[in-house]
Order: sequence, then C-alpha cells, then structure tokens
Amino acid sequence: MQLVLEDGSIIEGKSFGANKATSGELIFNTGMVGYPETLTDPSYYGQVLVFTYPLIGNYGVPASQIQDQMEVFFESSKIHLKAIIVTKVTERYSHWNAYESLDKWLKKHDVVGIEIEDTRSLTKKLSSRGTQKCKLLPSNEDIPFYDLAKENAVAKVSCQDVIAYGNGAKRIVLIDLGCKNNIIRSFLKRDVSVVRVPWNYDFTKEKYDGLFLSNGPGNPVLVTETIQYLKEAYTHDKPIFGICMGHQLMALAAGAKAYKLKFGHHSQNQPCIQVGTKKNYITSQNHNYAIDDTSIPMVWRPWFFNANDGSNEGIQHANKPFSSVQFHPEASPGPVDANFLFDHFVKQL
Amino acid sequence: MQEIKKIIILGSAALKIGEAGEFDYSGSQAIKALKQEGIYSILVNPNIATIQTSDYLADKVYLLPVTSEFIEQVIEKERPDGILLSFGGQTALNCGLDLEKKGILARYGVKVLGTPVNSIEITEDRKIFTDKLAEIDVYVPKSEIAYTTDKAVAIAEKLNYPVMVRLSFTLGGLGSGVCANEEKLRALADQAFVYSPQILIEECLTGWKEVEYEVVRDSDDNCITVCNMENFDPLGIHTGESIVVAPSQTLSNAEYHKLREIAIRTVRHLGIIGECNIQYALDPKSEEYRVIEVNARLSRSSALASKATGYPLAFVAAKLALGYSLVDLTNAVTQSTMACFEPSLDYVVVKIPRWDLKKFPNVSPKIGTSMKSVGEVMAIGRTFQESLQKALRMLDIGAIGLVANMNTLQKTNYSEEEIKEELCFPTDERIFAIPTAIEMGMSIDQIHEYTQIDYWFLHNLKEILETKNTLQSYAGGICPSHILKRAKQAGFSDTQVAVLLNLEENIVRKMRYNYGILPYVKEIDTLGGEYPAKTNYLYLSYNATEDDVPIAQHNSILVLGSGTYRIGSSVEFDWCCVNAVKTIRDSSYKAILINYNPETVSTDYDEVDRLYFDEIRQETVMDIYEKEKVHGIILSMGGQVANNLALPLHHMGANILGTSPMQIDRAEDRHKFSSMLDELHIDQPEWSELTDLTAAKEFAHKVGYPVLVRPSYVLSGAAMGVAVDDDELERFLDKATQVSVDHPVVISNFLQKAKEIELDAVAKNGKILASAISEHIENAGIHSGDATLVFPPQHVYIETIRRIQRVAAKIAMALHITGPLNIQFLAKNNHIKVIECNLRASRSFPFVSKICKYNLIELATRAILEDEVSTPRHSFLDLPYVGVKAPFFSFPRLIGVDPISGVEMASTGEVGCLGKTFHEALLKAMYSIGFCRNIKTVLVSISSKPGRHDFLESMQKMQAMNYTIYVDEEEYTFFQDKGIDVVPISSKINKQTEDISKVLHNVNFDLVISIPSSSSQSKEQGYSLRRQAVDSGVSLLTNLQLAKHIIAALERDPRLGILAIDEYKVYK
Repeated sequence: MQLVLEDGSIIEGKSFGANKATSGELIFNTGMVGYPETLTDPSYYGQVLVFTYPLIGNYGVPASQIQDQMEVFFESSKIHLKAIIVTKVTERYSHWNAYESLDKWLKKHDVVGIEIEDTRSLTKKLSSRGTQKCKLLPSNEDIPFYDLAKENAVAKVSCQDVIAYGNGAKRIVLIDLGCKNNIIRSFLKRDVSVVRVPWNYDFTKEKYDGLFLSNGPGNPVLVTETIQYLKEAYTHDKPIFGICMGHQLMALAAGAKAYKLKFGHHSQNQPCIQVGTKKNYITSQNHNYAIDDTSIPMVWRPWFFNANDGSNEGIQHANKPFSSVQFHPEASPGPVDANFLFDHFVKQL
Repeated sequence: MQEIKKIIILGSAALKIGEAGEFDYSGSQAIKALKQEGIYSILVNPNIATIQTSDYLADKVYLLPVTSEFIEQVIEKERPDGILLSFGGQTALNCGLDLEKKGILARYGVKVLGTPVNSIEITEDRKIFTDKLAEIDVYVPKSEIAYTTDKAVAIAEKLNYPVMVRLSFTLGGLGSGVCANEEKLRALADQAFVYSPQILIEECLTGWKEVEYEVVRDSDDNCITVCNMENFDPLGIHTGESIVVAPSQTLSNAEYHKLREIAIRTVRHLGIIGECNIQYALDPKSEEYRVIEVNARLSRSSALASKATGYPLAFVAAKLALGYSLVDLTNAVTQSTMACFEPSLDYVVVKIPRWDLKKFPNVSPKIGTSMKSVGEVMAIGRTFQESLQKALRMLDIGAIGLVANMNTLQKTNYSEEEIKEELCFPTDERIFAIPTAIEMGMSIDQIHEYTQIDYWFLHNLKEILETKNTLQSYAGGICPSHILKRAKQAGFSDTQVAVLLNLEENIVRKMRYNYGILPYVKEIDTLGGEYPAKTNYLYLSYNATEDDVPIAQHNSILVLGSGTYRIGSSVEFDWCCVNAVKTIRDSSYKAILINYNPETVSTDYDEVDRLYFDEIRQETVMDIYEKEKVHGIILSMGGQVANNLALPLHHMGANILGTSPMQIDRAEDRHKFSSMLDELHIDQPEWSELTDLTAAKEFAHKVGYPVLVRPSYVLSGAAMGVAVDDDELERFLDKATQVSVDHPVVISNFLQKAKEIELDAVAKNGKILASAISEHIENAGIHSGDATLVFPPQHVYIETIRRIQRVAAKIAMALHITGPLNIQFLAKNNHIKVIECNLRASRSFPFVSKICKYNLIELATRAILEDEVSTPRHSFLDLPYVGVKAPFFSFPRLIGVDPISGVEMASTGEVGCLGKTFHEALLKAMYSIGFCRNIKTVLVSISSKPGRHDFLESMQKMQAMNYTIYVDEEEYTFFQDKGIDVVPISSKINKQTEDISKVLHNVNFDLVISIPSSSSQSKEQGYSLRRQAVDSGVSLLTNLQLAKHIIAALERDPRLGILAIDEYKVYK
C-alpha cells in the first residue's frame, strides 16, 4: 500500500486493517497510550493519523460494552479516522481487558491502517511544513484528495436526536459537536443529568441549569447555526462551559477570530498555564484551529495559554459564568490534571 | 527567590552495588545548575574518580567521609546557607537525616533545600508512609511492622505465606526477600535485624507488573511525571535487577493515567520538592494497584529516565530546590519549549542490569529482591526487539544478541527440569533461557506461567526467534534483501547474521551495503518530533528511512566511551572520556562520543558536540565513523572495552589516533609483550606461553609454585589466578582459555612478598611527557583495583623510582606511545620487574591527576591531537601531601563470597582522600569506606606463624590504645608469651560449638582482623569468621600490610584536617 502526500511524496508501506483507498487530512499524535480512545474520538473525523510512538496495538482493543447508553471503553461507537499510520502494529497483543487485535478491530470498522518504517520523518515533515492532505492507495487504485476544511464536519458526527442521560438534580444541555463519551461520564459522575442535543438544535427554548458545548472536528467557522444560538444564550446568565470545538464556538460567538494552526495540537503532553498564575497543567489536546488571543473582546479574558507556543487555551467572561478551554479536561486519552474544571462548572450550576 | 548564596552538596562516596555512577551524573548536574545561578557550591564526596570532584565544577571539593561527623566540620568551616541531600543517593540522604536529628543543621542555620526532611522521613519509615498514603486513599501492600523475629512470624501467619520481608533505611533492597514458610522467614529476619531495627512483613505481590514513574514537583505545586517505565521481570525481582522498558508497553490509557494521577496525588501529599520516584505493583488481571515505595531523591531510575527521555531531571531538581517554578525553566533539549511538560518518546528504551556473578563462584546466581548487579546498559531503538538485542550486546558478556550465541555464553543443554527451574527461579541468564525454552518446544503459555512475564514481551522474544529461523533457512544460499532488512530491524547484529548464514561478518557487512541496508541517525528531542528541534542526542535505528540530522562533519574526533560499569571498569573511565571530550572541544575539533551507560556524565548531551547513545562495537562504531566521516578515533580513554577495538577497527580502515593499534596489540598480547621485554632487557617474572597442560606443569615445577595464570586482552584480572599446586593450575588454565579464546594464555612465576608499584604516564611519539608513580600498600598478589594505593609513594626507594622511570621510558620508546599508558611493576630489594603494560588510560588516572593537580588526560588528549603540549612544572615527588586510594567491596550483597582480595578484582568502587601525612590520608580513606570510627574491641585471627610475628608490633600498639583484643586458643599462647594482654575467644563461646564465628553473636566487635594463609584448609576456617563479620556489619581487615598500616595510623592519631582539594598546595 502507498501513502501519497499532497506535496507529491510517496511512501511505501504495509497494509493492515481495511485494504482500500481512502483520503483525509494528515496529522500526527504524540500520545504513547490510548489508541482505542483516540480512534473513537469524533474530533478526528476526516483525518489520517500518524502515531509517533512506534509500537501501536500492544494491549489490543477491548470488547464493546454498553453502559448508560455509551460504550464503556471507547469515546464513541465508531472509528472516525479515515486511516492510521504506525511503524509497527502489534499482532500478538496482551491485556486482560483486550478482546481483539487492533488490526481486526480496524477491519471490522472498515478503517485503513498502514505500517511505514519511518513515522518520525513523516512527523517531522508535518511539523515543519504543516498539515497536508493525503491518500492511502492499494496498488492500481487512485482517488482524489479529500478536503476536510470545506466540510462542516460537526454535522457529520453530531447526534441526530435528543438523548437524555442520568437523573441528577442539576440538568445541563450538552450540544453535541462530536462529543466524547467521557465528557458525559464526567457529568454523570458528578450527579448532573445531561440532555444531549444535535449541533443545530434550538436549545434556547429548553430549561436547563447550565449549557455545555462539546469537542468536535473540523473548521469552527462553518458551524454557524450553533454560533447563532450561542449568541442568544449569552444574553442570559446561565453558566456555559465549552471544550475544544465548544471553546472555539464560544469565542467566535463572543466575537473573537479563529485561525488554523500549522499542524495543530494532537498530543497528551501539552502544558497549559493559567493566566496570571504559575499554575501549569499537562493537558490532552486534539485540534487544528485556535482562537486568536488578540481578537478576544474586552468583556472576555484569556484564561489559559499554551506554554510551548503561547496560543490561547481558554477564555472566561469577565462577569458572567461563561468559560471554555481548548484542551480536554475529560482526558481519555491523556492526563487528568484538568479534571477539576468539571467541578468548577458544576459548582456554578 | 530565597537568599541562598552558598550551598553544600553531599555525594554518595564509593560506587557500590545499589549505588553507582548515577549519583555522579545527578551531583554533577546539580552543581552545574548552581553554577548557572552564581551560587557558591561545596561538594563533599570522597569518590575521587568522579567528574563531580573535578576542579572545574564545585567551588570547593572535600574528599572526606559523608558522615555527620565530617560534614559538621565542613559546615562549621564553610558556613553554607543551604544543603542539598537528594543528589548523593541513600548515603547522602541518610547522612542528611542524621545531621538533622543531631541538630547540626539547625545549629549552623543550614536550610535543607528541595524536599523537606520531614517528607524524606515519611518515605523512609514504612509505618508513617502507609498511614500517610491512607489519608489520600492510596493503597500500599497490606503489611505490618515487626521489631522481633517472633512478631514477624505472627504477622506472616495472619497475611498467609508467602510473605515479603522489607527493611527500612537500606539501599537496593539489601536484606529483603520473599519467604515461603516460617523457617525461611526466621532465617531472614534474624539476618535483617542486624542492619535494621525494624522489618516489614507484607502481602506477597510476586507476579504483578512492576511500574515506575519519575515525578517532578515545584514549590508552586506544579507536578509532572517525566517518564514511566515498565519492568520486563514482574514483581519479585528488584527493579535494579530487572530488565526495564520505557515507556510502559502493556499499560492501557486507563492504567497509565490512573497510576500517573496517583503518583501526582501522592507526591503532592508528601510535599516533595524536586524529583522523586514512585514504584507500583499493578495486577496483570485488573486495575488493582499498590504503591511499593517512594524514593524522595534522585535515584538509579531517575538517571535512567533522564537518559531515556532527554529530560535533565537532576538539573531541573536542583533548580526547583532553589525555589524556581517549573514554568520558569525551559526545555534543555528543544531550548524553545518549556520544562513543565511530559516528554513523548518515539522510540523504545530497554535497560538491562549487568551482573558480575561469575566472578564469585560462591554467590548464588539467582536474582531476586535484593540487588547484585554492578552496572547497567541502556539501548535505544524504534522497536522493542531492536532495543533489546542492542542492550544484550551492550552488556559485553559475549552475547551477540538474544539468539545465535556461542555455547560458552549460556547454558544450552537444559533438561526439562532445569529449564523450568531457570524460568521459575531466575538467574542472570533467564533472558537467554526463554528462547531456548521455546526452541525446546515449551509453549508461551507455559513460559508465562513459570515466569509471570507479560505475554507481550514473550511474543516479542518469540518473534526474534522466528526471524532467526527465517534467516537460518537461507544459510548456504542467498539471503534476500527484505529478509536481511527484517533481521536488522529486529536488532540482529552483523555478527549474528554471519553466524546464522554461516558467513564471515565482513561479508555480511558488504552484503548489507550492497542491498543499501544501513542504519539511520535518529535524534531524541523529548517531543516526538512535534517541534522542529535540533538536538545532538542521537542513536541509530534500522526502523527508519532518513537521517534526522545532517552528518559528515569531517572535523570531528570520535571518542569511544567505557560502556557498562562492571567490576574493573567504572566511573574512572567516564572521567577520562569526559576530560578527553572537553580537551577536544577546546581544540579546533568537534567531539563525538559513543556510550550506552545511563549512569554516566559522559552521556549528558551538554558534555559533547554529538552524543551517540549506542553500541561500542566494531559494526556500530564503523557505521558512525563512516556516516560522520570523522577525522579519527580515540579509544584509549574508555578502558578495556574501547581499547579492545583497536585492531579490528584498524583492520577495517579506521584512523585510530594516538598509539598505533599494532603497538597496542604488542602490549596486550602477553606473548608479544613478554618477548619485547626480553629484547629490551627489561626484567619480568619468568613466563611461558601455554601450549599444553604437561608443558604448563613442567614450567610450574621448574620455577616452583605458586604461579600466576593470565589470559590476554582481559579486564580486572578476569580468569586470572595464582595456582599453588597442579590441581589449581589445571583449573585456572581451563578458565583462562575459555575467556581468551583468540589470544594466548601465559603462566609466570608468582613473586611472593614483593611490592607492587604503578606508573601512570603520558607519552608523545615515544617520549614520556609526564608520569605519576604510586605504590600498593598490599604486597603483590592483590589485583591493582583491589589494592590500597599511596601517591606519591611513601615507602619506595628513590633508586627504585628512578629505575621505574628508566624502564618506562624504554617501553614508551619501543612501543612508540602517543597518549596514556600504565605500567605495573614488582619491586623487591630495589629490583624491579614489569608485570603488565596498558596503552590506555588506567583506573588510577583521575586519582593521580587530581592529587598531582595536573590533568594527565588533558595532556594525553593534546598529545593524541598533536596539539602543543607542555610538561608539568612540578614532579609528583615534590608534593607536600599524600593521597590514599582505597577500594570499596560490596561484600554484604554478595552473599556467600569469601570477603578477601586476590588477583581477580572484586571491589565495586573506590575512594581517594588527601592528608598532610600518609596516616592522615589513610584514615580518611578508611573512614570514607565505612571503617569503624571508634574501635574498642578487636578480634585477631592470623593463621600463619610468620604472620603473627609480623603483626606483633601492631598488637603492642593496639594494647597501648587499650583495645580489648580477642584471639583464638593457639594465638592466645603465642601472644601471651610475647607479653600481649589478649582474651581467648573460647571464653566467650559455647563449648558445644567449635565455630569461632559464633563469638560475633556474643561480643560486640568493632573490628575483625582475619588474615588468610595460602593453604586452602585455613582459608576454609577463616571464611566463616570473615563472612560473619561482613554479614554483621563489622569492619574487617584481611590483609596484613594494610592492617599494620592502619593500626600504626590509629596509634599515631593524626588530626584529620578539613581541607578542600585546592587547599592542599603543590608548593609549601
């Protein structure tokens, strides 16, 4: 199988998982654990992911198991990546909780995998020249490059219907922009009931104690309907909290601007500092777009910033209980340092 | 930032099992951090061979014992504001706790920087630790503390056998162990209470996964885990004895981050500031875990984690101790991102311990809960298989990889029972036994059941075996490119491929080049390639398609490091390498270094222009040599490992700088060297090259026993032996021919009662530029690494010194030496004989350089680089002070071994101290290796009559010092007749037992002097006494000359001056 890049370079590799042609936006992730969570994260919709850690699949993949209407060991019920790229996929996995191999799981979900020798050199190319489109081609086959930037990817991964979770006293409306299960689990654990609504659902008529905007894939500027409803919500005083795409939409609704990062943040070791403090949190991240700090209107304050590149990682309203973060406090995969943000939000309800 | 201007740092003293070179790395980094802040640093560490005791690091260096008594005096003199306790291992930590307990720190207003003493105490006391963790719902193994053996048994019955026994306040798990029943528990507990007032009996978690995290926390409560590591060997084998992999391989996201979160919660709760290590047991069948321990200091694991990730843990820990926040510090590798992050690895690191157990036939080769290994190696590759096979070769035990090894390396003809035994109760050879078991037809399930090693690891070993079989199927035919490539990607060496394809290694290399199968240079950048970083921290991998960095520098010099520490090659060679590299960097060349020992300073990437963390082996060195197009190779600094590559590299066309490889061969090859000495009319002990046993015996009879058997090209006198009769001769010859297959074995007359003298020197074009002569206190027959050295010599005739210098000049000229050299001499009545010559830096180079205040390595490197050289302005003979170097033996850990020294080296480390007089220096050195400070009661056992006569004067001195002296019945009469007031041992032991060692239970001895004689019968008798002394922690002397000098020194009672190295002035 061949990996063909937008810049014309071709890398030979060995196929695993589904053996078919596919195309997507090529990104890399430097996390060393958590491939089942990563692969089922809806934020990866339309992308092809390079794992920089060379051995992937070591502990196999857990079995499907539903609890509270959610997969227990996955972040959604399907794999959203178009393909994955690794140095070596582990055939003979080992773990008490494993059900099948990564290869078998990918085949089941009809997702392409490819082993290439030097994932590091490919990663370096992406980090120096930026994200690019790519395609994976079995011999004698070709397809056009897929352009994720033009698609409202959120619409592809959001739920179709309203789903209710839990029966806690406090009730939040969760706008599903491609929500990871662990966000919902994080609320249920704190005895908050969740009403999960589609991205374009008019939640302004709903009764709730708080509003939550989830993570999700793609370009935030294209998610106009949600931004409109959000502007409406800003006129009230109910607490609002957003994560990742949710954060970007909240910033856009507030009047800030988004821009595309060169190669995004896709890792589990992003240091984020709380503005005005020496508090640093190691965070899990997965995004290609970021909010331009300088464009944030006066009534909003930067809340966190990325210690490596200085980019914005969160905003807070100056006098209303509105806040959002670019990183993933729900982790899964990744460190749980920022878990306290859920407590912070729940306390506001 | 706090107002701290002057800081005292405690070192870890001699290298020992459980506490080795890693603390040179951590101490050196700490000093660098202080220097960067402009803080005045005072180091106390008697380990003279370390880099941290160099004149260019700390402002003041005291070569003194790391005990509260001496540290107090240094504090009194220097008046530091702060003290760093966490950079010198358990030795420094224990000393710090003692200083605190005695109120010394408070009295002088010295602030403990970094982790507070209170936190350290929590981690060191099991009971408090357990209670403290319970406060934050963190689980530890169920356990109870016992203060008596009976209580221990009662607890064990409650917890059910098997139980684990642990000791507080010891390093490397000394005295710990699993007990399957009451009998075993009683034996272990009795032993343990000798070292520790309390022991812990806990639930046995053998078979659980062992996982460690390295945690960093600052005073702003930022807390990160820099690295996690998983042990290949599950719980039950000490982490220092385990193969360790970083990052963890078999942990899911949930497990990884659960343990990470607990680590952070725990470290915050304990209030640690700086660096610490947390060890877990993780159930292989659920997410159940237990915290095993927290080390509130830099450790072996943190050194490993530092090298594995590129994150300079010790440097950062020192900065945090000064009050910096993690968010104030930058990432030293990328220089653009920050220190407050967690490295992401895009490679696999494998660490394997290096054992030297074959040196000690009495020591059980079984590995378990207490440490026996003397060093370690770390390999970096892009798959586990690649890293594992690299690491196995790095051990330098003769392995060419996991499989296809020679029969001499490991046992191969296991019976079903034997292989099961090896898998269940592992020795240092288990890793090789696993593929053997698979080949014998054992299933992976079965192996897993016996070893409890995770299936993932076992499957990887099996895959290596499968690759081997595939390769082998092409033997005699043509091996296709993709098969060869697969093998190289799985870490097969050219040597392994050659064996399997039945080809010469150089043919394999050619084939590899023809196929275009070459390794690529990869960098360690801490971020998995996320940020474009230019680093100089490199390794080679076949799982790659391009070099990360531009290569072919042309103006660089490649220095070969010393590899794993082992008995005979240790931190002293790292000092040589670091100094050589420093000199190269001061010249017009760039320095490239290859080394693979994570416990070293040389592998700190800020020490060199380019660091290759990779194998020091012909194939790898040539790969790097060719890629980098280096100007030349220096291999005389890394000890025997590097030196042994002289001829092979030369034959492959490499440019070897300094003394020609042909001349190195002339010195190393015993036969060639001895012939050369004959030609030069230089005296040497009568010798003969072994042809067959009959001839050897004939020679021995001619010159008379004892004779010395010596193989060529070996280190630390491996397989060397003094044979006293035909039987022993046969045994030694057998051993010697095994270790030195390709090179001759020589037998020589063993001169008794001769003095041994060493010359370290530097020559250029055959002319000696500088030399240093030191004498051994012990008579010849003790390996130079185990001898107590005196420099400048105090008991050698001037004429002898002149003769030595003349002979050295002749040899230097004959071998046309450029660079370092070391010659060992025997001297008797002003006659000298040459015993051996090494055309490389020797163990004593740092010792003589630091005392002489003339850096012989710098001079040697300049000579090799053909830079201008100047000879020293002073001679070592003019020094108005004396240095003594004393060996440290890790006998307490080598259970069963007779703690005596001989021609094969046994010590694991050394100290070197200075004094205005020989006696002052000698006592300081002895106290630095733990010799009893206050002697009242002595047991003397000298088996030979001449020995007793010889010791009479010392007995009188001891009597004058009012020692109570115990002797056995026979000696009692002898000494009583000579007017010495001695007590017979028999008065103290129960008549029903004849074992004199029992007396140690009844009398509190401070010192045992037990001098073995050459007869094997008396050795046997003295053995149990000596062993008992070591096992009960009593000071022991086994050499008559050394004992005499020490007693003379004690009687003289010199003032032990508190002077830093620079306060000993070369000119009066």
